[in-house]
Amino acid sequence: MNHRFQRLALALAAALPCLAAQAAPGPYTPVTDARLANPEPSNWLQYRGNYSGWGYSALDKIHAGNVGKLQLAWAFSTGQVDGHQSPPIVNNGSMFITTPGAQVIALDAKTGAELWRYKKELPPELMQLHPTNRGVALYGDKVYVATVDCHLVALDARTGKVVWTKAVSDWKAIHYMTLAPLAAKGKIMVGSSGGETGVRGFVAAFDAETGAEAWRTYTVPAPNEPGGHTWPGESYKNGGGSIWITGTYDPERNLAYWGTGNPAPWPTEGRKGDNLYTTSTIALDVDSGKIRGHHQYTPNDAWDWDEVSAPVLIDTEVKGRKVKAAVHAGRNGYLWMLERKDGPIDFIDAVSYVNNNVFTRIDPKTGRPTYDESKRPGLGKGMVSFCPSLWGGKDWPPEAWNPKTGLFYIPANNNLCAEMPEPEPSKYKKGDLFIGYSIEAVLGSLRYQGGNNAAAPKTVGELQAWDLKTGKLAWVTKFPTHLWAPLLTTGGNLIFAGGTNDRLFRAFDARNGKVLWEAPTPSGVTGVPSTFEVDGEQYVAVQSGWGVDAARMQAGVDTLMGKATVVPQGGTVMVYKLK
Amino acid sequence: MSISSRHSSHSRPCHESSPCACSCAAAQAVNTPRRRLIQIAAASLAAPLGLSATEAWSKPSDGDRLVMEEIEGAPAPLRLTDIRPGKPVLAFPFDASSKSVRDGSRLNKVVLMRFNESELDAETRARSAGGVLAFSAICTHQGCDLKTWSSKAQLLVCFCHSSKFNLREAGKVAAGPAYRPLPMLPLKLDGEQLVIAGGFTAPPGGQLA
Ligand code: FES
Repeated sequence: MNHRFQRLALALAAALPCLAAQAAPGPYTPVTDARLANPEPSNWLQYRGNYSGWGYSALDKIHAGNVGKLQLAWAFSTGQVDGHQSPPIVNNGSMFITTPGAQVIALDAKTGAELWRYKKELPPELMQLHPTNRGVALYGDKVYVATVDCHLVALDARTGKVVWTKAVSDWKAIHYMTLAPLAAKGKIMVGSSGGETGVRGFVAAFDAETGAEAWRTYTVPAPNEPGGHTWPGESYKNGGGSIWITGTYDPERNLAYWGTGNPAPWPTEGRKGDNLYTTSTIALDVDSGKIRGHHQYTPNDAWDWDEVSAPVLIDTEVKGRKVKAAVHAGRNGYLWMLERKDGPIDFIDAVSYVNNNVFTRIDPKTGRPTYDESKRPGLGKGMVSFCPSLWGGKDWPPEAWNPKTGLFYIPANNNLCAEMPEPEPSKYKKGDLFIGYSIEAVLGSLRYQGGNNAAAPKTVGELQAWDLKTGKLAWVTKFPTHLWAPLLTTGGNLIFAGGTNDRLFRAFDARNGKVLWEAPTPSGVTGVPSTFEVDGEQYVAVQSGWGVDAARMQAGVDTLMGKATVVPQGGTVMVYKLK
Repeated sequence: MSISSRHSSHSRPCHESSPCACSCAAAQAVNTPRRRLIQIAAASLAAPLGLSATEAWSKPSDGDRLVMEEIEGAPAPLRLTDIRPGKPVLAFPFDASSKSVRDGSRLNKVVLMRFNESELDAETRARSAGGVLAFSAICTHQGCDLKTWSSKAQLLVCFCHSSKFNLREAGKVAAGPAYRPLPMLPLKLDGEQLVIAGGFTAPPGGQLA
């Protein structure tokens, strides 16, 4: 080494600790129940920003008038491919993101400097149907992540050191977790995916400090439990009802609301009955795990319309009456307005927000749909077509509620239908798919409404705004491609969303749907956006990283149109601020 | 013999989380040169290929037969005529001397397909037996089972995220997200029986990203 290099090396070595000190945000502030119930606008402490699932921040320094000046503050490459869907979760200057491959990265929210990184060693034999993760939960001074090999891991928020690891279910049976955990009252709640691999769905709660299991409630009841009569024989044992997405929570009543997945297998022949509590919302008592209420959206589902999103909890006026509402844009294409009682969930109203040609009627008292049975795929039916498609009017990407505009926003896909052939005989086998249709049938099921390529509709994706008071569509912004866009809305009259295959991340005027700003990102954006403040400055953050079902739907559209759409791969955290 | 009793007659999959340390430690060393090669490869490429350097299940070995993944009764070595064109067959290696199926890990699972030899490129033909090819049945993207032959595209298709593999050209990727070709298992014939003629051409498994 010559002298010049030596001097340079010494200078660099001297500079390093100094850089590290600059990078560290302030002391970590523990996340309490009180903070989660009443989150300060400067932080984004949980999956949807608050327990009610609004996806709303009151921050308004970035607003409809100046959002055109938004520019990149910093970006950070995660080193992973596939679907990057987790929101950047921020607590007083510390940001936590998760990536596919069961990885958690802590960053300085202001500079993007890496504070620590945790990556779970995954079994080499793991099979990943949904290589993604939807974020951490913060509680006390810990960070919690649910992994794709079905473990719940507690990390020290300051250092990233593992505090405890708990096996939640059996990854060899292809039980896996993709959701951000829900933290409340000293418990960390999670549930397992696996609706296509014959899981018996459950929500389980673990002690935040020790990881000891507090309770486990199956979403599919056994014969001797309430609802058990809706499953013939042993069919409940692999009946589906998986949990994909973080529950919402009403601290006043201590009830957590969860969305449940499709019944398994998809063909209904072997499971005649309503198949409670699949394709439902269930209300669980957080202390005991007891199911206190439910509403089923699609009894005896045959269309893979799992209602994976939890309902959004909104106190609002519906049909001239002030109600504690639970609002949900269903995979079945209806916008459901339900009333939360002290446990029970009552039906108020449902309006279709995309074309559904299966429901012929919805009972005005109970909300129970009647089906056009010719549109139910099954044995002896031959090829059956139905709308919406298997991915529904809206899949997992969350809606948003803005109390300032009074509008409820839905990232919808319209004009898409499906065509399914005769089912195949299916027998549950641990570690294998349990669907009941040939793989080719599922992959090739997508159809445009109106049939062939030439009649293909001009638009599919729709960003919709609904006035809950009137039950009417306030405005809609349409896209030529599908829209796979988790939504963020703010006090600055803005909506932030990605979701299209052109890699763009956009800001819309929340009052009328006009695009006010857009910027290309390294990959496509299906991440949940968040916003926060550090040192008085507002930032908007989102992960870019296309994959999973947005990519599957793209493959379906490409097959239909005989083209190949390439969306580049690779995860990046993108953080924006005003110029 | 039922499927479950067949499973109990040999070593089980091994992971830290499962209480099976004894059967793992007892796994015999097989196919030593090949095995060492894979271990070296695994050690240097552990992260991208998702293989640990301490795999202990018994791997396919030169001279192994093949048996169907799902069998009722005693395992019967597969014959050339059991593999019909256009119909993929899932199989595990079978050690005929100890009469044990090497299904301790799903990474040993292979998919067999039969073609006209004239359709295969030279590299692929060299590893075929009577037109039958054996590939790892574990998708190199995220590890899903590969068992769907698209007769329209003439490619092997993965259910999970639609990767497509061209078997006639040594398992090369025809469409992503997978980027690594499917590892092959060379075959030969002993009379009508299909016989494994060496280890996987590359470590099987997904990228675990
Ligand atoms: S696992 Fe095969 S394409 Fe993803």
